[in-house]
Amino acid sequence: MIKVKVKSQSEKSKSVRIDIDHLAKLANLPLTAQEKKTFEKQLADVLSYISKLNELDTTRVEPIGHITGLENVTRDDETAPSLTRDKVLSSTSRKYNGFFQVKAIFEEQ
Amino acid sequence: MIDLTSLTIKEAVDLLSTKQVKAQELTRTFLERATKLNKKLNCFITISQNVALAQAKKVDGLISDNQKLGPLAGIPLALKDLFSTAGIKTTAGSEVLENYVPVYDATVVSKLKVANAIFIGKTNLDAWGHGGSGENSDFGPTKNPYDLTRVPGGSSSGSAAAVAANLCLTATATDTGGSTRQPASFCNLVGLKPTYGRVSRYGVIAMASSLDTIGHITKTVYDSALILNITAGQDPFDATTSPKSKEFYTKEIASGVKSLKIGIPQEYFAHLDIDIKKLIMEAVKKLESQGAQVFDVSLPHTEYGVATYYIIQPSEVSSNLARYDGIRYSFGRDKFGAEAKRRIILGTFALSAGYYDAYYLKAMKVRRLIREDFTRVFKNVDVLICPVSPTPPFKLGEKINDPLSMYLSDIYTVNVNLAGVPSLNVPCGFVDNPSTGSGQGLPVGMQIIGPDFSEKLLYQVGYAYEQETKWYQKKPNL
Repeated sequence: MIKVKVKSQSEKSKSVRIDIDHLAKLANLPLTAQEKKTFEKQLADVLSYISKLNELDTTRVEPIGHITGLENVTRDDETAPSLTRDKVLSSTSRKYNGFFQVKAIFEEQ
Repeated sequence: MIDLTSLTIKEAVDLLSTKQVKAQELTRTFLERATKLNKKLNCFITISQNVALAQAKKVDGLISDNQKLGPLAGIPLALKDLFSTAGIKTTAGSEVLENYVPVYDATVVSKLKVANAIFIGKTNLDAWGHGGSGENSDFGPTKNPYDLTRVPGGSSSGSAAAVAANLCLTATATDTGGSTRQPASFCNLVGLKPTYGRVSRYGVIAMASSLDTIGHITKTVYDSALILNITAGQDPFDATTSPKSKEFYTKEIASGVKSLKIGIPQEYFAHLDIDIKKLIMEAVKKLESQGAQVFDVSLPHTEYGVATYYIIQPSEVSSNLARYDGIRYSFGRDKFGAEAKRRIILGTFALSAGYYDAYYLKAMKVRRLIREDFTRVFKNVDVLICPVSPTPPFKLGEKINDPLSMYLSDIYTVNVNLAGVPSLNVPCGFVDNPSTGSGQGLPVGMQIIGPDFSEKLLYQVGYAYEQETKWYQKKPNL
């Protein structure tokens, strides 16, 4: 775990903790010890750069939800042709009886 | 005998429709050149020879039977390897999808098929679209045809290099933070980043969904408009596509720029390379002499663009890449390259409990301020003209170990994606190549930015400038 000093709105810098093991677990991302070390340092550099945003007072700014302004886009509730099961399974290497075959989750194999 | 590979799309369409050349002949010529030069440039991950020849044969059949032809009948093009193609391997430039063969086409691919285009192959890219140099591809870097020791830009690295080297007549691209405009500027080409929602994203492997736009790279402005005529429009498979009807972008393209108001955003020129600045200001003068008026304008939140972008984009990347678990198709998460891992970690951090408000939410607020800068300035001017890249094409390997410095080279492109507005890269000349000192220079591009859905206007401006300069005629020595 490392700490990074970042700018805060109140002019005083504060520190943010980076727990790379926790992040790798959240992202389900296998990382080597070397990668953890490198990414931790690089993440700290980037965070220290992006803390630049704290120079801006945004308390009265509404966050932008979606750029298009479109709302409630729906389609007619009608069936239409779609891919067949065989087609969907055609590019997987692990299938069984018309299903994707995956590793057991709830019990020992 | 004309060199078929040096044609523009417009010229090739004329030759094909008047039966001066057959689609199969044109296709074979491009396939041969692509196969030969790919060894040097590494533009293609897949060359789809059989598909291309079958499509060309079909087009020749339609021509000889006097059947109705699509507007791109017989035109050999390439598809960035993020575009799903039924039956043709689609890797996203990553080993994770090294053997993935989609069972459906992206909407843009279907539209190009209906237009009777010919698919020469799938182009190399920074894996998942992550990068501005092409060096993040798991299948090796692409070389810039104007200097093989330099990057062609990215992430649409292969698309730009392939069009510049005459390996195809156009190539599709994507633009999330500059990935169409920057490689187009590095390779002396026209690159369109359309308005967000103008072109369907369906079937194009997602990078950052609130920023992703689907563009294309061509030699000329007219050709770019011709492709947008086909790709634009609402798509029931992409709920963010606009219901606003598309325009006929090639129509009135030669209307000129008389009394057009051009804004020069000061923030984009303050620290710019002096040679690049000179070329862009010369281009602006050319438009002024054709009747345009030029004004200094300000986009005050420009300097916050990269920081905002490098929160929003990796957050959305970490979410979009979560689906690649190798359970159903292809390989697992251990196959991600360094840049994808870096962005997943950064995005996961920004979205994680306790940090969401300080990062993602903050960025979405600043994003509004950036969009409002553009909305405000377009009340007074019709278009903006500014640089695309702070430097000319850099050396392979120069920035690859310093991610922050690589991210900062997106400084002039990301705000356009944050704001959602369209932008067209147009070549505006060459600077001396510092490595050779003489001989072939390095390409420079400028971007013409307009308000939402102003693509037609951007083409008119780009076309007016291009008629005087014709930089596209200056081809690389290969």
